[in-house]
Amino acid sequence: MSGTQLLDATGIAKAFGAVRALTDAGLSLSEGEIVALMGANGAGKSTFVKIITGALRPDSGKVLIRGREARVGSPAEARRSGLVPVYQEPSLIPDLDVADNLRLTDTRVDPFMRWVGELGIADLELSDMIGDLPLATLRILDLARALASKPDVLLLDEMTAALPTDLVDRVLKVTREQADSGMGVIYVSHRFSEISELCDRASVLRDGKTVGDLKIESGVEQRAVELMLGQKLELGNRGVAETRSRTEAAPRVRVRDLAIAPRVTGITFDLYPAEVLGVVALEGQGQDELFDCMAGFLPPSSGEIEINGKPADFHHPADAIAAGLKFVPGDRADALLAQRSVRENIALPFSARLRNWGNLKLQRERERVAHAIEKLQIDTRAQGEVQRLSGGNQQKVTIGRWLATGVDTLLLFDPTRGIDVRTKRQIYPLVRELAQQGASVLFYTSELEEIALACDRAIVIFNGRVVDVIDAADADDQTLLHAAYGLTAQEGAA
Amino acid sequence: MSDLIRKNAWVAGLVVLLAALLAITKIIQPSFGASGLESVARAALPFAFATAGMAVVVIVGGIDLSVASMMAVCAVTAAVLMEKISGVPAVMIVLALGLAMGLINGALIVVTRVPDIVVTLAMLFVWEGAALLILETPGGSTSEWLQTGIRGSLVPGLPNALVIIAAAVALVWVPLRRSRLGISIYATGSNERAAFRSGVDVGRTRILAYGVCGMFCAFGGLSLASLTGIGEPVPGPYLMASVAAVVLGGVVLGGGRGGLLGPIIAVFILRIVRTILTLLAVDPNVTTIIEGTIMVCVVMLGTALTLRGARK
Repeated sequence: MSGTQLLDATGIAKAFGAVRALTDAGLSLSEGEIVALMGANGAGKSTFVKIITGALRPDSGKVLIRGREARVGSPAEARRSGLVPVYQEPSLIPDLDVADNLRLTDTRVDPFMRWVGELGIADLELSDMIGDLPLATLRILDLARALASKPDVLLLDEMTAALPTDLVDRVLKVTREQADSGMGVIYVSHRFSEISELCDRASVLRDGKTVGDLKIESGVEQRAVELMLGQKLELGNRGVAETRSRTEAAPRVRVRDLAIAPRVTGITFDLYPAEVLGVVALEGQGQDELFDCMAGFLPPSSGEIEINGKPADFHHPADAIAAGLKFVPGDRADALLAQRSVRENIALPFSARLRNWGNLKLQRERERVAHAIEKLQIDTRAQGEVQRLSGGNQQKVTIGRWLATGVDTLLLFDPTRGIDVRTKRQIYPLVRELAQQGASVLFYTSELEEIALACDRAIVIFNGRVVDVIDAADADDQTLLHAAYGLTAQEGAA
Repeated sequence: MSDLIRKNAWVAGLVVLLAALLAITKIIQPSFGASGLESVARAALPFAFATAGMAVVVIVGGIDLSVASMMAVCAVTAAVLMEKISGVPAVMIVLALGLAMGLINGALIVVTRVPDIVVTLAMLFVWEGAALLILETPGGSTSEWLQTGIRGSLVPGLPNALVIIAAAVALVWVPLRRSRLGISIYATGSNERAAFRSGVDVGRTRILAYGVCGMFCAFGGLSLASLTGIGEPVPGPYLMASVAAVVLGGVVLGGGRGGLLGPIIAVFILRIVRTILTLLAVDPNVTTIIEGTIMVCVVMLGTALTLRGARK
């Protein structure tokens, strides 16, 4: 290691209720070093970043800054002790102009404007309102503001995610120069190419633990992927998904060159009847927009979606539902009426049809709901409010409401996030059964092993495009993670 | 210069509207002149202060339903005090009282984490009760110099009431707007998380914003007592009127946007509309319908224009 140690975090642990986000995370950083912080989705990266930068307090563990124990209680304190973050989401105030935003953090204008120029933004006025500027510019301004305060440690969280290539090059160049003159940089990123170009070391998090510290050298990608995966949790019988011969039938959903501003640039795939199609992607590659678009929340900028051969033109989620696309969002809070009963939640899609004006057909509704509850093995002790159910049971309700109505096409967005293993195992067969009955299921999951457990095929989305299609039979975690990091595409190009 | 107009398009629009309304008044009632203007300004004064206070808390992302009650507390306190001690110290005490009430509102919101609308609704009753405890029936009296000072025009054509509101805003808001606290108020209302991450003490900012609101309510209570000469413990119709003027004045409910100038001009617009309708002998019940309609139309039009401007 070169130079004095700037930051040394050890034994950081943090729990949110019953969920243990971090159990033993650590990171050390010396002057002039650039360290990459890596980890698969849900490994605890963002929690760790928030703790180092003072936005969250750890339950236990120590953060030493220049060898002295620091109690970083707020972002303001972190800033004062020389640690300045650039978060993924710009921390600039939309309703204030540039000058006022600088005054908020006591940033001097001259060095800020110099950095703005250096980073490739030419036409910035101090009187520009932040809310009027594009996202890429905001991220650059956030970085320039951080650099202007001459930090000891700079934390860049997915800094290049929303940037066009020319700005990315500038950012990497400036970051390297700053490190060469002594600044320490923590670089959180999904992009291997940037990490190997820029960083000296990579620290890998898995399941809330720091599991490795790698020197950046050739072949490090392979090693990092292995570390991120680690020893897999045995999840019962593999091969629940017997590979099905794809039916001769026409695809139920055809998506062609779908683009959704700003992130999705080209998504093409077919979804057949009686098929579970997995979607593999790192966070923020455009999968959220894809699902929102197919569920009728977001209009596409170009391209087309065809359902049963008819072009879809959704103006409202009700249009998507009428066309047979049923969406189960990742955040259960978006889908459930927390204070209402299980019965009402399952029955909501029937009663939401205002065409059936007048009394609800209670008898029929009751039968279907009872059927769904039985099928889903929902714990009926909690017949009362849905919010009293466990997360797993809540998720079963969000899927179950579509079972009760009958479903052609189900869009599942990370349905097992934050659910215990037992409930997960009840959800996979449910998905399989739906497919066997002829339903088409689009299944995004942040847990790679679920592709083999529940899907027939999987598409891989990277940087807003479908980069690969993988058969479930070949979908071991390594192949998937490589593809998710866009590595196969790069190797192909090389 | 064009940049200045673009940023203050809403206020510019309100000024044009106000001028048009004044012209209409003059056409309907050719004798409408300096004294007419003076009486409109005088009647608008307590409304203007309530609106200024409300605007500050709305900008920070909150709301204060207790403005009218705080004004009542300040009015009766002023009337009671001025019977015993001379005017200037009494004014100082009342201003401090308003500040304290506002700070209490803010502290309760921040510390208990009960939503602002609930806390200030509760405080509406608390301050109302306090006002009645201080003075059960309208009474007391205010200093002679306050009663005369608030009327008339020292400078011909420029009503004293207008000078008073301008001076209070200039004294309290203008320095604040340029201070770190002012920027923090806008930052907190605009995006609380980004503000926190930029190092703003969000809780303290919110408490102080409510304090400023309380202080404006004290000015409002003082002007109320000076206008009537006595203290009236029952709160006047200032709560809904102030919310209306704040919205009409271009402050976005939800926070972060707008200023104090727009809402205060909006107060005058609403008063003039009322004057015009009175001059036309319109049924008072119809008057309120027209006022409500104007509000929706102006905000709708303003939002549409702002959106179109932003898209260019």
